[in-house]
Amino acid sequence: MANNTLKNATMAAILTAVIVMPVFGLQLVRQGARTNMETHWDLVALAAAVVFVFQLLRPWLARPFQQLKTSIPVLPSAPAGGNKWIIALLIAAAVIWPFFSGRSSVDIATLVLIYVMLGLGLNIVVGFAGLLDLGFVGFYAVGAYTYALLYHWGGWGFWEALPFAGAMSALFGFVLGFPVLRLRGDYLAIVTLGFGEIIRLLLINLNFLTGGPDGISGIPKPSVFGMEMARRSSEEGVRTFHEIMGWTFDNQHMVNYLYLMALALALLTLFVSTRLIRMPVGRAWEALREDEIACRSLGLNPTRIKLSAFTLGAMFAGFGGAFFAARQGMVNPESFTFIESALILAIVVLGGMGSQVGVILAAILLTVLPEVAREFAEYRMLMFGLVMVLMMMWRPQGLLPMKRPHVELAK
Amino acid sequence: MSDLIPQLTQQVFNGLSLGAIYALIAIGYTMVYGIIGMINFAHGEIYMIGAYVGLVTLTAIGTNSGLPLPFIIAAMLVVAIVVTGVYGFSVERVAYRPVRGSQRLVALISAIGMSIFLQNWVALGQGARDMAVPSLISGSLQFNMGSQFDVTLPYSRMMIIVVTVLLMIALSLFIKYSRMGRASRACSQDMHMANLLGIDTNRVISFTFVLGAMLAAVGGVLIAITIGKLNPFIGFLAGIKAFTAAVLGGIGSIPGAMLGGVLLGLAETLAAAYISSQYKDIVAFALLVLILLFRPTGLLGKPEVEKV
Repeated sequence: MANNTLKNATMAAILTAVIVMPVFGLQLVRQGARTNMETHWDLVALAAAVVFVFQLLRPWLARPFQQLKTSIPVLPSAPAGGNKWIIALLIAAAVIWPFFSGRSSVDIATLVLIYVMLGLGLNIVVGFAGLLDLGFVGFYAVGAYTYALLYHWGGWGFWEALPFAGAMSALFGFVLGFPVLRLRGDYLAIVTLGFGEIIRLLLINLNFLTGGPDGISGIPKPSVFGMEMARRSSEEGVRTFHEIMGWTFDNQHMVNYLYLMALALALLTLFVSTRLIRMPVGRAWEALREDEIACRSLGLNPTRIKLSAFTLGAMFAGFGGAFFAARQGMVNPESFTFIESALILAIVVLGGMGSQVGVILAAILLTVLPEVAREFAEYRMLMFGLVMVLMMMWRPQGLLPMKRPHVELAK
Repeated sequence: MSDLIPQLTQQVFNGLSLGAIYALIAIGYTMVYGIIGMINFAHGEIYMIGAYVGLVTLTAIGTNSGLPLPFIIAAMLVVAIVVTGVYGFSVERVAYRPVRGSQRLVALISAIGMSIFLQNWVALGQGARDMAVPSLISGSLQFNMGSQFDVTLPYSRMMIIVVTVLLMIALSLFIKYSRMGRASRACSQDMHMANLLGIDTNRVISFTFVLGAMLAAVGGVLIAITIGKLNPFIGFLAGIKAFTAAVLGGIGSIPGAMLGGVLLGLAETLAAAYISSQYKDIVAFALLVLILLFRPTGLLGKPEVEKV
C-alpha cells in the first residue's frame, strides 16, 4: 500500500513537471521581432514537489475531508416558504443601505444586482427546466442593444425602451428556442452557444446598424418619473431632478438611484420566478427536468413547456441588458462574449441549480470577491475555472441546494 | 479564359488544408464522445497548448541552429505530442473521471471550467498577447492555368494535408488492427459489456483522451507554423469549429470526423471567398445549428435511441 502511494506520487510529480514546464518553466519573452526564452526551473521543481507531497499525504488528508464532506457541507436546504418578516427586513435593509455607504461599494452592489437578475433569469432555464443554455449572454446583448438602438435611432428613453427590450429578448428566445428545444441536453448547450456567438458576430459585423466593434455610446441614464438626473438638463428650460427637489447636485444620487432601480428589477425577477415555480407551468418545468419520457407519457407537451422557460429566461436577460446599457452609458460587442455566459452559468451552478437563495448568494460571491481581490486580478479567471471543476466534483448540487420532495421505491 | 476555375482551385486547396486541421481536432471530440458520451469542451485548449509547446520547442532549438528543417519540425511535433498527451491524460484524470457516471450536464460544466482554466493557465505563463512563430517553411508552388490569376499553393499548407492524410491512415489501421484499437471499439459499443469481458475500461478511456490530445497537438503545431502567430485564446473558436465538424460527420464516427472537418473547411473558405470574409465564422456556427436541427446524427452517424 505504502509502496503504491510512493509510486503514484512519483508518477504524479513527473506528470506535473511535464505539464508545468512548457507553460511556466520555459517562458517565451518577446523582444521586438525576436522571441527569447527565460527558464524558471524553480517553478517546475516547486510544482512537482507540491504535487508529490500532496499525493503522499493524500490518504491522511482524505480522512478528515471525508468527515467534512458528510458532516458540515450539508447546508440547510433553501426554505420553501421563507419567513416573511426576515425577507421584509432584508429588503428594507437593502433599500436603506446605499444612503449610508460609499459610492464605490454602491456601484459594486449595482453590478451584483445585475448578476442576481441574470442569474435568476438563467435559473429558470437551467435550474427549473434543466436546459443548459450556454448562449444566455446573447439575450442579454439583445436587451442592451434594443435600448441602445431605440435611443440611437428613435431617441427613446429608458423607461419606454425597457418593456421593448424585454419583449425583444423574449421574442429572440422564442424564435431561437422553437427549433432547438427538441435537442438533447448537451446538443442543446452547444446550439445555444452557437446562437450566442452568432448574435455577437452579427453585432460586430452589421456596421451600419450597430456601430460595429465600437458599439453605441452616449446612452442616457434612466430618468426619474420623466425628470432628468444630471447636472444640467439636455434640453433648454427643462428642470432636472435635483433642481426640482431643491438639492445640490451630487453624483452619488445617480449611483444610489441606479442601485435602487437594479434592486427593484432584481426583486421583481425574484418575485416572478418564485411565483412561476408554484404555478402549473413551473411544476411542469421541474417534472420535465426530472424525466422527459414520463412527462410525455402523462400528456405534457415538452416543446411548449421548454419554450416557455426559455422565453421567460430570455426576457429577464433582456431587462438586465437594457439596465446594463443604461448604467454603462455605452454598449459594444466586447461585453457579450462567451465568458460572460459562463460566468452567469457559474453563478447558477455554484448557487445550486434551482435554488434562488443560492443563486443570489453566488452572484454576490462571484462579483464581490474579484473586486476585493483586485491585486490577484490575473488569477481571477484561473480560479474561476478551477472552482467550476471542483464544484462539479465535490458538490454538483451547489452551495445551497433546493430541497426537492422525492419518493423512492422501497428496495 | 475566366479566372473562375483557378480561383476555385485555390480556394479548394485552402479549404482542404483548413479542413485537415479541423479533422485532426474533431477526431478527439468524436472518440471521446463515442466512448463516454461527453463533449470534451476543453479539447480546443489542448490544441492551443500543442501549438505553444511547438513554439517553445522551436525557440529552445533556435531558428538558426543549423539543424536540418525536417528534424526541427519533427522535434516540435514529437515534443508537442508527448506533452499534450500528458495534458490529455491529466485533464481526464483530474476533471472528468471524478464526475463520470453523474449527469451529462455535470461533466459538461466541469469541462467548461477546465477550458477556462487552461486558457488562463497559458495566458498566465506565456502572456496573453499574440506570439509570433517564425516561418519555417516559406515558398510555394505557383502555376498558371491559362488566365491572369496565379494559383499559389504554399508548401506549409501542403505539409498540413500530407501529414494529416498520413495520420488518418495510421489511425484507421491502428483502430482496426491493434489490441487497444479493438478494445476501444468494444468500449464504444458497450462499455459495461467490455468491462465484464476483462477490458480495463479506465485504461481505454485514458488512452482515448491521450490519442485525441496527440492528434490535436499535431494540428496545433502545423497551424502555428502556417499562420505564424498564436495566442492563448485560439483554442475556443477552433474547438467549437472542430466540434461542428465532428457533429457534421456524425459524432462518434471517426471517418465522419475526417469528412466533417474537410467539409467544414471547404464551406468556410468558400464562404469567405464568395460571400464575405467577415461572415465565415457565422457560416460555421450557422452550419452547426442547421445540422443539429435537421440531422443531429450527422452524415455518417447512427441514430441514438433513448431507452427508459
